[in-house]
Amino acid sequence: MIQPQLPDDRRPPLTPQLAVRITVIGGCALAMFAIIFFRLWFLQVLSGDQYVAQARNNRTRQVSVAAPRGEIVDRNGAVLVSSRQTVAVQIVPTDLPVPLRNPSISELEHEPSANVAVFNRLAGVLGMSTSRQKCKVVGYEMVNGKTVELTYHPRLSLVSCDVAQAVYQLPYADATIATDVKRDVLYYLSERHNEFPGVTHPQVYVTSYPFQDLAAQVLGYVGPISPAELKESEFQGLPENEVVGQTGLEAYYDQYLRGSNGADQVEVDSQGDPIHTLPLKPAIAGNTLKTSLDVKLQQAGQASLAQSISGNAPAGAGGAFVAMDPQNGQIYAMGSYPTFNPSVFTKPISDAKYKSLFGAGTSDPQENRAIDGLYPTGSTFKVITATAALMSGTWGLDQTFDDTGQYCDGPGSCLHNSGHAAYGVVNIVQALDVSDDIFFYNLGAKLNVDPTTHPQGGALQQWARLFGIGQETGVDLPYAASGNLPTPAWRAKVSQEEIQYEHQHHTGCCTIAYPGPWTVGDDVNLAVGQGDVLVTPLQLAVVYAAIANGGTVVRPHIGLDVENSIGDKVLQRIDPPPARHINIDPPYLDAIRTGLREAASAPGGTSADVMGSFGKPVYGKTGTAQHNNENDQAWYACFVPATATTKPIVVVVTVEQGGFGAIAAAPVARQILSQWFYGKPGPYVAGTSTTL
Amino acid sequence: MSPSIQRASPETSSIRPRTIFLFDPLLLFAAVGLTICSAVTLHGAFGSSYSDRQIAYAGIGLVLAIALAQIDYTRLREYRYGLYALLILSNLSVYVIGRSALGAQREIPFPFISVQPSELGKILLIVSLAAFAVDRVRYLHERQTTGRIMLLALGPAALVIKQPDLGTGLVYVAIVLTVLFVAGTSWKQLTALAALFVTAIALVLIIGPAIGVHVIQHYQAQRLEAFLHPSSNPNSPGYQTNQSIVAIGSGQKSGTGIAHATQATLHFLPEAQEEFIFSVVGESYGFAGAALVLALYALLIWRALRILTMAKNLYGALIAAGILGMLMFQVFVNVGMTIGIMPITGVPLPLMSYGGSSVLVTFIALGLLQSIHIQARIASAGKGRALLS
Repeated sequence: MIQPQLPDDRRPPLTPQLAVRITVIGGCALAMFAIIFFRLWFLQVLSGDQYVAQARNNRTRQVSVAAPRGEIVDRNGAVLVSSRQTVAVQIVPTDLPVPLRNPSISELEHEPSANVAVFNRLAGVLGMSTSRQKCKVVGYEMVNGKTVELTYHPRLSLVSCDVAQAVYQLPYADATIATDVKRDVLYYLSERHNEFPGVTHPQVYVTSYPFQDLAAQVLGYVGPISPAELKESEFQGLPENEVVGQTGLEAYYDQYLRGSNGADQVEVDSQGDPIHTLPLKPAIAGNTLKTSLDVKLQQAGQASLAQSISGNAPAGAGGAFVAMDPQNGQIYAMGSYPTFNPSVFTKPISDAKYKSLFGAGTSDPQENRAIDGLYPTGSTFKVITATAALMSGTWGLDQTFDDTGQYCDGPGSCLHNSGHAAYGVVNIVQALDVSDDIFFYNLGAKLNVDPTTHPQGGALQQWARLFGIGQETGVDLPYAASGNLPTPAWRAKVSQEEIQYEHQHHTGCCTIAYPGPWTVGDDVNLAVGQGDVLVTPLQLAVVYAAIANGGTVVRPHIGLDVENSIGDKVLQRIDPPPARHINIDPPYLDAIRTGLREAASAPGGTSADVMGSFGKPVYGKTGTAQHNNENDQAWYACFVPATATTKPIVVVVTVEQGGFGAIAAAPVARQILSQWFYGKPGPYVAGTSTTL
Repeated sequence: MSPSIQRASPETSSIRPRTIFLFDPLLLFAAVGLTICSAVTLHGAFGSSYSDRQIAYAGIGLVLAIALAQIDYTRLREYRYGLYALLILSNLSVYVIGRSALGAQREIPFPFISVQPSELGKILLIVSLAAFAVDRVRYLHERQTTGRIMLLALGPAALVIKQPDLGTGLVYVAIVLTVLFVAGTSWKQLTALAALFVTAIALVLIIGPAIGVHVIQHYQAQRLEAFLHPSSNPNSPGYQTNQSIVAIGSGQKSGTGIAHATQATLHFLPEAQEEFIFSVVGESYGFAGAALVLALYALLIWRALRILTMAKNLYGALIAAGILGMLMFQVFVNVGMTIGIMPITGVPLPLMSYGGSSVLVTFIALGLLQSIHIQARIASAGKGRALLS
């Protein structure tokens, strides 16, 4: 007995039942081997040739050859953006000692030591820190068929962070660790390439900006294509590591500027090192974009604007200017303050550096305030009010108004001129000259119509709309704002939203300046460019261009033509037709122009002390707008028409919290005009007028 | 034959000088042959650091197998509760002290090698499950017995799948099904079990995800998806399967030779030394090499089947059945995966795949088979003597 307590398991001889079952198992084994043998026979003997070819293809890899992007040049051919060849140090995640394929965040944090050794060795060579720090990684995951963006903050070394960001942005994308690497570093890496598996140093093109921060927001910058962009039709068929324009002209004209990458067939030896390169397809450089910008004018404008802002506005305030041909909408210069140097985006930028350049407290240097800065226009709006009043017959050229110094729409609610001035009996030309608010309050009230029968407003709204207020200008830049033109219908809508918001949150929201139904006060405000009207500097430039050219609402544009990469052949002209022509009776147009001319030249004119001494006839209007309960927004809009010069120009300048337009904005416009007509910005002439 | 055949006398379990020669030489030949194939392939494609370690593991395994072969496996039946407890505890311990390798907790670190409890668990499961089946030898036809034995296996299988190691968990299931099949569970119950599994798979793969319950890991679902809908996109999860097929196919009849095995050596096939070692054999040595390896497995399985039929008692037969089920499942699933007829699961190819745990556990299993063989020979020799006298 072995184990008396256990049931007896003595074996009967092979029972028929067991014999059957063992036969079944044997049959299974036989079937299994038969399947495997036949499959192997099929793969290896019958279709082996096909797989030999595939394996050989695996051995020769196709390597993409970067094409240089096209240049962006100014109207005289000065290069604003060029493509420069340099060497980048990159990590190919799938060639690392432990290949990275779709790693999880925790796998990245606990990177295999063989990879960490390579990262740290590379960091040492490049002089980068190896200590772990917070790293922002944005990934995309498919959740229920939708691509969802997820952000992680693992603690990684700098090199590891670059790799993580690259593989999370797009799987199998190479991570650029550094560009513009010194020659001795490259020699070191080439000589010891066995110590740096997965590290490559290909020739790449990076954009360079000879004029640094000049027109940065207009030119824009380039960056690796995002997964969302890859799905868009305009980027169809692009490789996953393609670099495309992200903002500004680079984005708008990307399809012309972007070259077509070439390809080399590279054979690798048993170590994976290239031994043979055969060019398959040459890289084709991108086309050159010629713009209407004038480098000197742009420089003068940016310098003058910066000077004015530092002298007149509190810290953190921004500003913008536009200089444009009033006849055809070609933009000579467009600036936004604060600005930045786009070359920071040509190499990997750390989270901390990005925050210090563009984060909170930097007033968003990437914003192009000339096209998406939205402000009430202040008195610069009065040309529209005057046109509407004259053209609708609400006011006549010889009609006068007695300005007693206040405008009251009820007991105790009176409005005054700036400095409580009373201008006495004035006509419309004189009212423009001295920027008489009371006069225009009166016009606004007269232009108001019954909101129930006219939900889109009366003549004032109609003419503002014709001038392009509240509509996109059609400029050839992405992210241009359309602004807001208040109408009874609009007010009813936002009031409804406001009521709903208060109902839900028991606190007011802030979408409109004065909640409640449409009143005559809305048109009184609009008549002087106050209240809920929001306009971009470029939109205002289009308005003044129309006054200057006799009613043509131009389509502003910066692109002039697309040329081939050598610059000897124009491939496409960019000459968009004007948006529309509005008919303003010549006597009325003349009256408005006279008002503007006197404002800029006659004694008592709002900008006469700035522009009066200028050698060309300037037609200008100051503006000072209350905005967000901050210091007033300073505006100046002016033009020198084609009747007075061969190079007509319209200039609009605005300074956030700059105070009076004559003090903060008009001097910048004068320096721009001086540069344009005399080739030098001349002295900074500050005005003294404290009208609105 | 009368049921009162002579039982093994107590001395048979002690090592006697001549019993050592009663082992099955063909089984040993197959094991050594496969080890040599593995070492040659690893050495050629990945260098001596891999082949040397693999040979060292096999050496330790061989010593363990020889020692085990000398013991009467029947004594293991006494320790069934302890062995089963060890199976459960070791697999649970992974969750506490396991070292995470690529996101999975499968190993317990020891000074020299990391042991995967799920691998060792295969042996523990076979030995304890066979003992439990023998305990209920008279009730094997009953539903409760079948259910109980199934649950005893599915518990640890679930623990292993959760680690997550789906492949090894499925090996556990293959083991219990083979044991039940050989133990004599009725065809009706086997059919019911099959129906149950189809339902379970449907639940896990189709109904579960639909109502938001994910039993298997995301990557496992992806691999399954890749198997069901193979893609030529090398960036997709079907990449490994495609590269493996290209590797094997390009080997043709006689192979590219290890120096030209670009698929394996240029890292087109990731982790080829482990689960995709058969692809390396197929690429480097062609149909001839693959057929040689398969022939050695056929020999191994034939001998295991033969040992199953000659076992002196039911316990031995059931242990042999469990080992047979394990070997057949692993060979078919692993080779099937490399040639694109099975989905990718992390099942190693016995004795071929690089890795200490797998090699040691396979040798232990073969040692048990040898023990069954030796004991059967001793029993029949004793029987012969009894008849002669």
